[in-house]
Amino acid sequence: MILALAAKSLRNRKFTAVLTVLSIALAVMLLLGVERLRSESRESFAATISGTDLVVGARSSPVHLLLFSVFRIGNATNNIRWDSYRAIAQRSAVAWTIPLSLGDSHRGFRVLGTTREYFEHFRFGRDRKLELAQGGPFDDTHDAVLGADVAVKLGYKSGGSIVIAHGAGEVSFSLHEDQPFRVVGVLERTGTPVDRTVHVTLEGMDAVHAEAAEDAFDPLAAAVRAGVEEHDHHAEKKTERAITAFLVGLKSRGAALSMQRLVNEYSGEPLTAILPGATLLEVWEIVGAAEKTLFAVSALVVVVGLAGMLVALLTSLSERRREMAVLRSVGARPMHIFGLILGEAAFLTLLGIALGIAALYLGLLAGRPWLESRLGLFIVVGWPSAYEFALMIVVAAAGVLIGLIPAYRIYRYSLADGMTIRI
Amino acid sequence: MDISAPATSQTLPPQRSGGSPEAVVELSGVCFSWSGAPPFVIDIDCLRVARGERVFLRGPSGSGKSTLLSLLAGVITPMGGTIRVLGQNIGVLGSAARDRFRADHIGFIFQMFNLIPYLSVVENVCLPCGFSPRRKQRADREGGTVQAEAVRLLEHLDMGDAAVLRRPVTELSVGQQQRVAAARALIGAPELVIADEPTSSLDADRRAAFLDLLFRECAREQAALIFVSHDASLAPLFDRAIQFADINRATGPAPALA
Repeated sequence: MILALAAKSLRNRKFTAVLTVLSIALAVMLLLGVERLRSESRESFAATISGTDLVVGARSSPVHLLLFSVFRIGNATNNIRWDSYRAIAQRSAVAWTIPLSLGDSHRGFRVLGTTREYFEHFRFGRDRKLELAQGGPFDDTHDAVLGADVAVKLGYKSGGSIVIAHGAGEVSFSLHEDQPFRVVGVLERTGTPVDRTVHVTLEGMDAVHAEAAEDAFDPLAAAVRAGVEEHDHHAEKKTERAITAFLVGLKSRGAALSMQRLVNEYSGEPLTAILPGATLLEVWEIVGAAEKTLFAVSALVVVVGLAGMLVALLTSLSERRREMAVLRSVGARPMHIFGLILGEAAFLTLLGIALGIAALYLGLLAGRPWLESRLGLFIVVGWPSAYEFALMIVVAAAGVLIGLIPAYRIYRYSLADGMTIRI
Repeated sequence: MDISAPATSQTLPPQRSGGSPEAVVELSGVCFSWSGAPPFVIDIDCLRVARGERVFLRGPSGSGKSTLLSLLAGVITPMGGTIRVLGQNIGVLGSAARDRFRADHIGFIFQMFNLIPYLSVVENVCLPCGFSPRRKQRADREGGTVQAEAVRLLEHLDMGDAAVLRRPVTELSVGQQQRVAAARALIGAPELVIADEPTSSLDADRRAAFLDLLFRECAREQAALIFVSHDASLAPLFDRAIQFADINRATGPAPALA
């Protein structure tokens, strides 16, 4: 009886009811969406690198080393001599190493000089290997393998040829034009910075820079060469080859800490070794603050949405006092009246939550390709997580709790008014 | 008359002990004040309304008539004395039982805003049956279904036109609204109908017509009618007219408002 009355009464106030439900739905969508993006970006962030026990670079801060070697953000301040790399790589505890040489770019994408070990040992996500969508890993000195984004954005396929530029900017004035690379493979999408990387062989990179060094007709390049003796990866001979960093896989994970100490105390040159997992966490602490703020804002939006419902319910009360008096006269109990309002609040909140979840899922399904291509976020459209369920229960409880305010007021009114119709 | 034998009460059988068997309403020594202490707004030594009787209760606004109706309805309880409705001392009932008792035995018509705006005409009339199984049962027996009984009552009140029934209640004229309210008060044959200035927003012609219909239906249902108004010209139409000031000893200090 009371339920039917509540439904009809709500239908009578469709417009406000719909607005209230919409505002709650939007707030819930925002809250869940932010939470979803937050957890996905945290996960994809942590999944950038896995299976690597140590990252080694020239002496620098751990965060800096991680950013330029794994995320391709910023530049290395110093290089590692090839013999230092070999000395560490040949230790008995080491299972594999991947040398990384950074500093060049191709139309805004970073170029990474490395070896075939990269395709064999590099892991991301939950121990996922790099897979090739087209072609294969490099064989020849001037072979290149592209990340998925590079191939899509620039429209390259295997078989094409590219020219790399010195420095990391979008526009570079120093192109290594006479030494083009042949694209031999394109990687599957990984959702990590690998997608935005052009991979070439270390030898190819050396050859390009040797050429550039001997290239005397460019007065600017000559001046730069003359002025800066210790230029980034300026190596004129193979014996003086240097790399930016290298990844280390150990035979036993337990050896990671002692190996880290060993690298940090390496006598040949100052080096830094980091445990990528620990440093990832450290970086997330910095990035995570922004996400927490975002979450707080969306939680506030939910509060605003519920406050809107409270206002709508409270303003409806004065005109509904008459209605309540009539209901009292036909035998409705004050508790019925209380339930009428509380039920309405609960109904509006639950409907808002349901609608918000539905809208979020639709939005995720529709926006997934965009998120994937633009932000490199893989959103798994699955059941809400336990945490999301808990969030929704909190919102629902808040809605009911807020409904108690007008419900209690009308309860007091109906006790005081009885059947007297107050206008 | 198609009224069947007096209904066997399913719920709350009225207790006959202490009251006259034929009295629908019996007040003795009832006093009440909103503040909970003297001076009283209501101080009535004795008031008795018999079954099927039509009583006109006249008094100016602010004289405590509405308070008396609240007492009869069991929305409030007296501070002293007893109120018996159908022999039941409603002062001893709990608030839930009083609400139930009211739903079962009393029909109300107010001065205005009688109807729930978001319910249809028929839904408005059926409303008491949603709160009182007893009245629902009676309405079922009278009309076959509650809805059919509602339509039957509306027809008797000249509101049976299908076009009128379909119209939203907010679009009905005041006179039509009052007739819908009367049908609601009468559905399920409550023993007592209380009307609080139901005609004050009607013009003279419609007033007479409305009273005619109301009297006829109350007689049919054997319901006692307590009709409150400040309009003395209506008094001759009733079995008995009572000046509120004559029975309420508390009216002295109350400011007389027009």
